[in-house]
Amino acid sequence: MATPRGAATRGPGRRSRLHRLDLRVSPYAYVAPFFLLFAAFGIFPLVYTAWVSLHDWNLLSSDNPFIGLDNYTALFADGYFWNAAFNTLSIGVLSAVPQLLLALLLAHLLNRPLRAQTLFRITLLLPNVTSVVAVVVIFSQLFGRDFGLINMVLDWLGFGRINWQAGVATSHVAIAVMIMWRWTGYNALIYLAAMQAVPKEIYEAATLDGASSLKQLWSITLPMIRPTVIFTVIVTTIGSMQIIAEPLLFGAQVSNGAAATGGTDRQFQTLALYLYEKGFRSFEFGYASAAAWVMFLLVVVVVGVNYLVVRRMRGGLDA
Amino acid sequence: MRRSHPLTYLTLVAVAFFSAFPIYWSVIVASHDNAALAEVPPPLLPGGNFFANVRRVFDTAPFALALLNSFVVAGSITVSVMFFSTLAGFAFAKLRFRGRNVLLLMTVVTMMVPTQLGIIPLYMLMIKLEWTGTMYAVIVPALVNAFGVFFMTQYLSRALPTELLEAGRIDGCSTARLFWHVVVPAARPAAAVLGMLTFMTAWNDYFWPLVVLTPDNPTVQVALSQLASGYVRDFTLGLTGTAVATLPLVLIFVLLGKQIIGGIMQGAVKG
Repeated sequence: MATPRGAATRGPGRRSRLHRLDLRVSPYAYVAPFFLLFAAFGIFPLVYTAWVSLHDWNLLSSDNPFIGLDNYTALFADGYFWNAAFNTLSIGVLSAVPQLLLALLLAHLLNRPLRAQTLFRITLLLPNVTSVVAVVVIFSQLFGRDFGLINMVLDWLGFGRINWQAGVATSHVAIAVMIMWRWTGYNALIYLAAMQAVPKEIYEAATLDGASSLKQLWSITLPMIRPTVIFTVIVTTIGSMQIIAEPLLFGAQVSNGAAATGGTDRQFQTLALYLYEKGFRSFEFGYASAAAWVMFLLVVVVVGVNYLVVRRMRGGLDA
Repeated sequence: MRRSHPLTYLTLVAVAFFSAFPIYWSVIVASHDNAALAEVPPPLLPGGNFFANVRRVFDTAPFALALLNSFVVAGSITVSVMFFSTLAGFAFAKLRFRGRNVLLLMTVVTMMVPTQLGIIPLYMLMIKLEWTGTMYAVIVPALVNAFGVFFMTQYLSRALPTELLEAGRIDGCSTARLFWHVVVPAARPAAAVLGMLTFMTAWNDYFWPLVVLTPDNPTVQVALSQLASGYVRDFTLGLTGTAVATLPLVLIFVLLGKQIIGGIMQGAVKG
C-alpha cells in the first residue's frame, strides 16, 4: 500500500492525519459489527455452556449450586444417553454413506455433455430448498402405516405392511431416507463443481487406453477431487451428529406427546433430541449443558476418525 | 469428447423423478380430501380441493401471521448478512491491518463448530433480554454468520482488482467512499447469491424458532409443525400447510435456480 500513503503525505496536515486515521481504523470498524454480534450470540453461549454444565441449574431455581462434574457422572450413568448416542451413529451411518456414494455417482453422470443439464441440476436441488418440517410432514405421510404410499406399494408387491415408526431399524431407515432425500443432490452439485476443474485431457487419454467410465471415476476423478471429498465428509459428519428436527417431527407425527423422546421406546431419539428433552422439556439447563459438551467432544472424535479414514484412502487410490 | 449413454439419461431421469415426486405428492394430497388417501390405487393427479384446504389451514393455525413473521425474519436477516458480510469480507480481502490473519482463521474455525452446542446459554440470554416469544430472539442472533464473511472474503479477493482500489486512493477516496463506489458494485453478484442462500436458510429454520417462540406468534415452519402434529390425523391439512409454506421458496428457486446453483458450486471450490 505504498501509493496511497505517498499520496497522503503530499496533502495538507489535517487531511493527511484524517487519511492516516482512516487507513488505520477503517479495517477494524468494518470487521467489528461481525465480531461483536458473533461474540455475543455465537462465542459467548458456546463458552458459557461449559460453566453452566458445572452447576445444578434449572429454569426456575433461584440459586444454582456448583456441583463440579456431577452432571457428567449422571450423564454417563444414564442408559438413555447411550441409547441416543447409538441411534445418532446408526442414523448417521445409514444416511451419510449411501448419500455421499450416490452423490459421487450422480456428479459423475452429470459431468459430461448432456441435454437438459440445467433442468437436471434444478430438480436435484429441489429437495434441498424444501424445509426440514415439510420433508418430515411429507415423508411421514409416505411412511404411514395405514395410508402411506410406500406401504401401499409394498402391500401390492406382496411384502406386507411395515410399521416404520415402531422398530429401531425401520425407523432409522425412514429417517435416513428423509435426510438422504434432502442432501444427496446438494452434495452431487458440490462434487460436480470440483469435477469440472479436472482437466478433460486426462479423461480423453484414459478413454484411449480403454479405461471404463467407472474405472475413470475411481482412479482419476476421486484422487483429483479428494479435498472436496474430505470437505463433504466432514460437513456431513457434523450435520449427522446434530440431527434433531427429523426425529422430533417424525415422533410428533406419529405418537403425540412422545415427540422429544423419539418414539415411545426412544427407538429413534438422537443425541441432539436428548439434549432438547433435558434442556427444553424438563429445563435442566446444567445437565443439558453437560450433554452438549459431551456431544461436542463426540463430534470432534467422529470427525477426526472420518478425516483419518478418508486421508488414508489416498494410499489405496494412488496405488 | 465422450458421448452420453442412454443409461446415463435413464438413471438421471429416475433420480430426478424421486427428487420431485414427494413434492408432487404433497400437492396431490393437498388438493384432495382425506377420504381420497385411503383409496387403492391412490389418486395420482391433483384434485379440486386445494383452495378449500388452504382456507382450512388459515382457519386452523395463525398462518397469515406466521407468513408475515417469516418474511420479516428472513428479510431482515438477509439484508443484514449481505451488508455485514460484504463489509467484513472487503476488510479481510483487501485491507491490511494487524491481526487480520488470526481473525480470519478464527472465523473459518468457528464455521466448523456446531452452533447447537450453545443453545442453552443462548436461550438463557434471551430470557434475560426478555426477547423470548418475540421476533428479536430469532432475528438478532442470525444477523451475521461466519459462512457469509468467509464467502464474501473469498469472492472479493478474487473479483475485486487491487489496482482499482489504488486508483481510488490516489484520487483521494476515503475507505468508506471506496466501499460504496467500488466494492459494493463489484460484490453484487456474490452478495446476491449469499442473499438467496441466507433467505432460504432463514425461511426454513425450525429448531431455534421452535425453542424460543410461542405457538400464538410463530414463524411459518413452527406453525406448520403444529398444524401437522395435532391430535387428529389430518394429512390433508398438514400437506396443504406444507405446500403453502414451501411454495414461496420453490417459486424463488425456479426463477433464480441457475444463480443459486452457481452460488453453491462456487462456494464449494475453496482452494
